[in-house]
Amino acid sequence: MPQLLLELFSEEIPARMQGQAAKDLERLAREHLAAAGFLPEALKTFAGPRRLTLVAEGLPLAQADRKEELKGPRVGAPQQAMDGFLRKAGLTQDQLVEQNGVWMAFVEKKGRPTAEIVAEMVEAIVRGFPWPKSMTWGTGKLRWVRPLKRILCVLDREVVPFAIDGIQSGDVSEGHRFMGEAKPFVAKDFDEYAAGLEAHFVVLDVEERKARILEGCKTLCFARHLELVEDIGLLEEVAGLAEWPTPVLGDMDPSFLDLPPEVIRTSMRTHQKYFAVRKPGEAGLAPHFITVANIEAKDGGKVIAAGNAKVLSSRLSDARFFWDEDVKTGFEPWLAKLDGVTFHAKLGTMAQRVERIVALAGEIAPLVGADVDKAKEAARLAKADLTSQMVGEFPELQGIMGGYYARHFGLDPEIAAAIQDHYKPQGPSDAVPTAPLSVAVALADKLDTLVGFFAIDEKPTGSKDPFALRRAALGVIRIILESGHAFALSDLLRGQAALLLRAEMQEVFNSVRAGVVNAQLAARVSDAEVQLALTDEALHAFAILDVAATVPDSAPEAILVAAERIAGAFVDQRSGVEWRNAYLPAMDHLLAFFADRLKVTLKDQGKRHDLVDAVFALGDDDLVRIVARVEALDGFLKTDDGKTLLAGYKRAANILKAEEKKGALPEGEPEEPAADSAAEVGLYQALRLLKAPLAEALAKEDFTGAMAQLAALREPVDAYLDGVFVNDPEHRDNRLKTLAAVRSAMGQVADFGLVAG
Amino acid sequence: MPAAPKSFQSLILTLHNYWSEKGCVILQPHDVEVGAGTLHPATVLRALGPKPWNAAYVQPSRRPGDGRYGENPNRLQHYYQYQVILKPNPADMQDLYLGSLEAIGLDLRTHDIRFVEDDWENPTVGAWGLGWEVWCDGMEVSQYTYFQQVGGLDVSPVAGELTYGLERLAMYVFGVDNVYDLPFNDPDSPLGALTYGDVFLANERQQSEANFHGYDVAVLKQQFEQMEQQVPLMLARSYKNETLVLPAYDMVLKASHLFNLMNARGAIAVAERASYIGRIRDLCKMCAQKWVELQEAA
Repeated sequence: MPQLLLELFSEEIPARMQGQAAKDLERLAREHLAAAGFLPEALKTFAGPRRLTLVAEGLPLAQADRKEELKGPRVGAPQQAMDGFLRKAGLTQDQLVEQNGVWMAFVEKKGRPTAEIVAEMVEAIVRGFPWPKSMTWGTGKLRWVRPLKRILCVLDREVVPFAIDGIQSGDVSEGHRFMGEAKPFVAKDFDEYAAGLEAHFVVLDVEERKARILEGCKTLCFARHLELVEDIGLLEEVAGLAEWPTPVLGDMDPSFLDLPPEVIRTSMRTHQKYFAVRKPGEAGLAPHFITVANIEAKDGGKVIAAGNAKVLSSRLSDARFFWDEDVKTGFEPWLAKLDGVTFHAKLGTMAQRVERIVALAGEIAPLVGADVDKAKEAARLAKADLTSQMVGEFPELQGIMGGYYARHFGLDPEIAAAIQDHYKPQGPSDAVPTAPLSVAVALADKLDTLVGFFAIDEKPTGSKDPFALRRAALGVIRIILESGHAFALSDLLRGQAALLLRAEMQEVFNSVRAGVVNAQLAARVSDAEVQLALTDEALHAFAILDVAATVPDSAPEAILVAAERIAGAFVDQRSGVEWRNAYLPAMDHLLAFFADRLKVTLKDQGKRHDLVDAVFALGDDDLVRIVARVEALDGFLKTDDGKTLLAGYKRAANILKAEEKKGALPEGEPEEPAADSAAEVGLYQALRLLKAPLAEALAKEDFTGAMAQLAALREPVDAYLDGVFVNDPEHRDNRLKTLAAVRSAMGQVADFGLVAG
Repeated sequence: MPAAPKSFQSLILTLHNYWSEKGCVILQPHDVEVGAGTLHPATVLRALGPKPWNAAYVQPSRRPGDGRYGENPNRLQHYYQYQVILKPNPADMQDLYLGSLEAIGLDLRTHDIRFVEDDWENPTVGAWGLGWEVWCDGMEVSQYTYFQQVGGLDVSPVAGELTYGLERLAMYVFGVDNVYDLPFNDPDSPLGALTYGDVFLANERQQSEANFHGYDVAVLKQQFEQMEQQVPLMLARSYKNETLVLPAYDMVLKASHLFNLMNARGAIAVAERASYIGRIRDLCKMCAQKWVELQEAA
């Protein structure tokens, strides 16, 4: 079956766009071909620095012929209707036949040649390609990611003829810019194309380019007894920067090795796209680097290695300059600068944020076994490196540099570690901090972020999460679960929200006070009017009377005192309203957000969806306890007792539900049943005996123990449901109370109603 | 092929010869201080409008904040950019560019030349384009841009722009680590060899001090505002039905340089920066608009 080969050859395509472009090309081609009735046997796309390529196998040379039935007007319909139908269908009346009182046309539609369809498809794809950014060039109007130079398009070894904005399709491609002599070559099918590219020094497949790079790096390393520091993201990027990727090893001045390895690696990676290397088995870096050139140089790469080494030297000299300047400056001046750094327009400066984190770290410290004073100090210093020169240059080194500088200045090693690790975990594969001090600061940092953005209603929605709140919440969950510290999350969240509210109200206070003073000074309102105007809107108007919101020095004492009183009263009132209307609901949303994230985490660990729901329904906010409950429940339901009791629970709950529909259920504890009803007595006794040990197990948070206690209900519940007629008019109340007691006893452990089965 | 250049000035002459042979007009620097070669009216204004335009020139760039008193081997507050503008960009512009690298002595089978994505923008003139940083053995030697907008207006036909950082390129080609050690003229000159430092070190020292401490902020501010006020007045004037765009644009450049000086003096708060840049952009847009009207009328 014929093969289609398409190559869109352009100037250099940004590396970061190539992967998606290959996927888009494949998707669009499949859609177009399917719409024309083609289902290729195989279709594959490739993307590289200068070309997008598609090969589709097994296309017919033409569409199949089709018979179409067209239904015309009814016999006897007005002539206008007939004329309209004939015009639209391109037919004459003698081509129609009468059938069941309707004029019909049976038209043979010749299948179109595939080449025609391909030509239209390529034009549509090129003109509508979803590049993240595109451009025009020269005098043309066509948009592409960079100027499009050639289109190779052959079907069954024949050129598919078309032109797009002056670019004529053909059967010609070209190879490597420098190594292939840039001579075009003819390719009439994929085999010729692949052979031509190889002969002209182009590796078409990104996976092959990556493999070639890795292999080249490893060979270089092996010869020098080194080991590559692997970096998948970087590999992906450099594979998009070279058509004939050729790793070259260069030397770095070993005197730079006194810089932190993270600095060297980041400088190599972000500025130069180099791989770092190390001595096998050693932690630090070796004084070399590997760059991936696009050429096998005539001199074996000596000039390339030397040139790159020089560039790296000047980059690392800059880094050393930043280090030297930073250690001359130190934490306190950096902290002072945080005042001028806005964290978020609605959440104040970074300095204000640090204050909140300090307070929260102090709250968390005793809960996780950390020293309160040290936790506060670590939190106070944690963000200082944001204003250091090194972090200014390499933002991704935040925290890491703080740790280095803390050690450099001889600070407590635990504090240094807490500064260094407080952003962790930065992703699902990143390790979580475990030292108590680091845990306290890392939690405080993330919880403050979450509380702040939820308080200003910047929750993540759909795929949008600009402040990485999902990652922060997941980080909190992982830290808490992995450290095993149990505590009530909602108290912490509310405490932090209160701090935010206080800061917000301080600003309101200041502006209302200034507004009142200025208004009175300008004699625009009298004291009495101010008193009368103690309403929300009116005072708000005062607050905005003076944009500058500063109190003039000349204001008389009496006015100042009055203004403070008014502003104070206003703020008291507003605080309460804000707390009820905005902050409390926001914290409830945040708690629900945590619940969702925890569900995702537990589901990822293979915990049953319904068990997680059953435990969440209890409204607990202690993550460690929630997980313990889910695990105990999971274990219990795997036992015979568990399965049978669950079935009993469901039966009991169904009866209660049905009876509830008839009217409110009777309330209160069941009374002791008559002694002759063995099943009733059995369950009554079992419930009575269960009470104390169940309460004890729950108090100890021994959920497996609590489940074991519940197991004692299995037989009595079964016997009761099989032997007792609940709706007996004489005993209905007490029997419903008994079932309700079963439901509520079990409900202390989980909402079994939400468990599937 | 003529011999590869051996000095800073012969590097410039080689580029001049190369682009002259390709058909460009070779211009001299614009005589107003600018922060980048792009701001020369031969680029910013000529990029706009329907008429073809192909030019190359050297432009001194002033970056007051980058002054290091002649003590940093790589950083200067006054340096040279070599600027090429080709409108409409020819189809073989990349090959023309690579030819210029060969002309200055870079063997493309020995060096590693790569085009690395870099989308250029200059918010003060409301301009952006797509293109690359061109790397030679890991060092950025040029900026290559297809202008899409200038002064907030679409560039059509599209102009291709090349900017070579001359000092950096020369340091690389001649294997010199300190800019002040660059040979300025032929090292074998019978009249005496001079280095870049011999020519410019004093200028770097004095200008650095002036940039950081010398200029009177109040005077700079006043001058900025005067320039700002003058631009619309100048644009309201015309000679034989031609709006005085070119003098008005010079005033925009002056305002822009005054802003850079104030910035170097630390006189512009972070919050004010965006507003100053916006003011300059607005002035630039006014000029660009008038320029396009003139071009289209002609």
